[in-house]
Amino acid sequence: MVSTELGYDQLLSIAFSVPMPYEWSVGVYGSLFFHEIMNHNRFLGVRCPDCNKVYMPPRRLCGPCFKELDELVVLPNEGTIEAFSIVNYPFVDPNTGEQRPIPYTYGYIRIDGADTIFSHIINETDTRLIQVGMKVKAVFREKELMQGNVQDIKHFEIVNP
Amino acid sequence: MPGSVAIVGVGQTDHRSHRPDVNGREMIYEAVQRALLDCELSINHIDAIIIGNMDHFESINYVDTWSVEGSGAIMKPIMKVSTGGTTGASVAIAAYYHVASGLFDRVLAIGWEKNSESDTTGAIITCSDPVWDRFSYSGAIPSLATEASAYMNQYGVTQEDAARVTVRDRGNAVNNPHAHLRKPVSIHEVLASPMLAYPIKLLDICPRSDGAAAVIFASDGIAQRITPRPAWIKACSVRHTYTWFGDVDYKQGLVSLQRASAEAYLRAGIKSPADELDVAELYLPYSYAGLKWIEDLGFCARGEGAGFVEDGHTDIAGKIPVNPSGGVLSANCIGATALLRVGEAALQVMGKAGPRQIPDVKQALATGFGGCFWSDVLILGSGRP
Amino acid sequence: MDHIAIVGVAQTGYEAKIRNKTNYDLVYEVTKGVLDDAGLSLADIDNIVTVSNDFMDGRTISSMAVGEAAGGHDKNISTVEGDGTFGAFYGAMRVLGGFNTTLVVAHSKGSEGSLKHITNAMFDPVYHRLIGIEAISASAIQANSYMDRFGLSEESFAMVSVKNHQNGFNNPYAHMPLNLTVEDVMKSARIADPLKLLDCSPVSDGAAAIIIANEEYSRRAKTRPVWIKGIAHCVEEYFLGDRDLAVAKSLRQASRKAYEMAGISRPVDSIDVVELYDAFSYMEPLWLEGLGFCEEGRGPGMLKDGITLMSGKLPVNPSGGVLSSHALLVAGLARIIEATLQLRGEAGSRQIPEAKTALAHGINGPCGQSHCVWVLSSEQ
Repeated sequence: MVSTELGYDQLLSIAFSVPMPYEWSVGVYGSLFFHEIMNHNRFLGVRCPDCNKVYMPPRRLCGPCFKELDELVVLPNEGTIEAFSIVNYPFVDPNTGEQRPIPYTYGYIRIDGADTIFSHIINETDTRLIQVGMKVKAVFREKELMQGNVQDIKHFEIVNP
Repeated sequence: MPGSVAIVGVGQTDHRSHRPDVNGREMIYEAVQRALLDCELSINHIDAIIIGNMDHFESINYVDTWSVEGSGAIMKPIMKVSTGGTTGASVAIAAYYHVASGLFDRVLAIGWEKNSESDTTGAIITCSDPVWDRFSYSGAIPSLATEASAYMNQYGVTQEDAARVTVRDRGNAVNNPHAHLRKPVSIHEVLASPMLAYPIKLLDICPRSDGAAAVIFASDGIAQRITPRPAWIKACSVRHTYTWFGDVDYKQGLVSLQRASAEAYLRAGIKSPADELDVAELYLPYSYAGLKWIEDLGFCARGEGAGFVEDGHTDIAGKIPVNPSGGVLSANCIGATALLRVGEAALQVMGKAGPRQIPDVKQALATGFGGCFWSDVLILGSGRP
Repeated sequence: MDHIAIVGVAQTGYEAKIRNKTNYDLVYEVTKGVLDDAGLSLADIDNIVTVSNDFMDGRTISSMAVGEAAGGHDKNISTVEGDGTFGAFYGAMRVLGGFNTTLVVAHSKGSEGSLKHITNAMFDPVYHRLIGIEAISASAIQANSYMDRFGLSEESFAMVSVKNHQNGFNNPYAHMPLNLTVEDVMKSARIADPLKLLDCSPVSDGAAAIIIANEEYSRRAKTRPVWIKGIAHCVEEYFLGDRDLAVAKSLRQASRKAYEMAGISRPVDSIDVVELYDAFSYMEPLWLEGLGFCEEGRGPGMLKDGITLMSGKLPVNPSGGVLSSHALLVAGLARIIEATLQLRGEAGSRQIPEAKTALAHGINGPCGQSHCVWVLSSEQ
């Protein structure tokens, strides 16, 4: 008879780390947004005619009004830090399969003229030098390196702290 | 008119950081067996099963069909319900509708997760939009940290205020044999724990656990024959208000919880929740939620959460005891987590919560939290609605 | 069971790659479409069930991406991961359980992910996944086992492909209507023996939505209500080696229960039209057996005898079926929609005359491990 007893250190596991490839559609409004960055280094939003909210990045619908939107508005490259977090813990970045370099600052930025929040990286990781309410400005990638994705914005930097 | 529905049995695993001794199906089986044992039913009595988890934590597609040996679903109906962190509550609510529809009399709800099987943060990040947010998003912690920093800013709340929530929940977990973390902690220990993402420190945030929960629902007439004191479902309400993280306005409080709880209170005829509810099992994934979200639930006024907790109103002997089980801060097997809140609330109503029992519970609240600041709310009671 | 009905339907056209639209766009379009079809406003809808799959979308909490587009901003909402027939089943239970109206919406864009990886993830990570088995190779094993048990020919399966692709010409939403001969199918590339390319459904992008209503709201809708008479689902064992792949055991159980609810004793006489989940050609006859329309092993004979043709006694997949359009998850909901259109008499050139009772069917898991059966009627 073989016993069902087994030491903890004898327990096996199977590693599976095959990446699953995807190619996601950006859609019309998102594509317009990235083209605007690639062509003019500036942002686009969209206004809801019912509640007057400006969504940035632009999207097809206002959820609360359940209304289709088409009034695109050009927005500046500057905004305000609404909230932020300096991330100090290690984790595997699903974008790359590698450990994401830490620390880095995840920021919630309200672009001037927009009612929603845009999330991106802020290039300041010192808690003493960053605060909610500070003005930030987008730093774009060099034009020839732009690819039509969110990394065409390198990061946001604090303006005149 | 839909029939009344009650919870008649609850089972859960002993949650741990890592269960290499069982595969997922075997772990699910443990919880199912305990639930069946709790109400003295056999799997043959179960008419239908609902299961939920979050796919990418274990990388198993079609968990409903994968699970059948452990869930007991072979030659029965099983469906999968999955809504992120709220999954466990969504599964419970699905079980409620299975019975309320009149199609099924005894229904098994299962939530589970083996968080040890993947990089939890890496998996959570894939909930963010691949086009817009995935590049900068770093999982639940910074998202909650932004909420916390906005709340602290708004009401002058301190890290010490938040630490009291951890101290309360971790202290309660001592009474829960199933909890993952059962060692009490002090305010000093919370404050001294490593900063993960300001203002959240290691002891402000829930652990990641391996575990499963199983809860059995039954129809009116049958429930009373299974157990003398079933826990009746008086209301279930859901608001998954947002699709985009950028739309969440932290200054308004947790809007989804305000709306879902208001609807649930209306259905259950509750006007003053802190007075009329006898216990609350809340999905508080981090300490600051224990201050802010009890305001959204109407336990106290806006900005008064910290004082309400400091004054002991949410303690075991307080006005509205919160998380006698130790809550999410003491065990977090994500797909099971919200179902555990429902199961624990049911145990309280049924008077079967053992050392963590609050005396004479007539009405209990359970919540789920997840996704894009979403909320699910259930109210359970001892009287048939 | 209380009287509940399908009062609205909408679907996108199915295509290989809908490049200009995101899942959010597709869900919004069918949500708007289904409200228009029913003549109801979003305010009439008191709850929503979305259907999605995290592997398909490459996104944890895939439901999060579409809640707003489904009109779910401030409503009770939930999500079923699985075929649309299962999502609709939950939607129906929510109406029976007290809601007035459930909007059920499913989406998928097979073009965005890798179906081989995605369906490989259905298989057991310890024993099967590393071998590389996925939906097509597993189905090939099922086809082989079915042929072997009952002495069936590959040609008899090829005939199903010919019929359904031809029917697809009558369906303006179909992805792949084709004019084929049995020889064309037999000569097409051998993908996984005995399955050839033309035995396999295409992978499509698309979305679909329905509204299920209680009696009161079925009167408010402008459409002719289609009544839900019987619904049931059932799952069998998981490991392929534990199952008898040549017999659809769980389908037999699910269909029996659905017929019982609908008061049907001889399905082949009571049902006027069938829309079933033919992801591969062999599935149509195998599911017909499981649905109790004929004895085991006799499924292919139903087509040989002309019974399942548009002109036959029991037309099967007049829409062209899943072989003509296969947006995963959506495909089962599309079966319900097609059955509904037949019973409303609005199926256009694919209309079966005087259809009064229809059956719709969906599957979950590998090789039809789990089946969901719907019996619908134009009469209350």
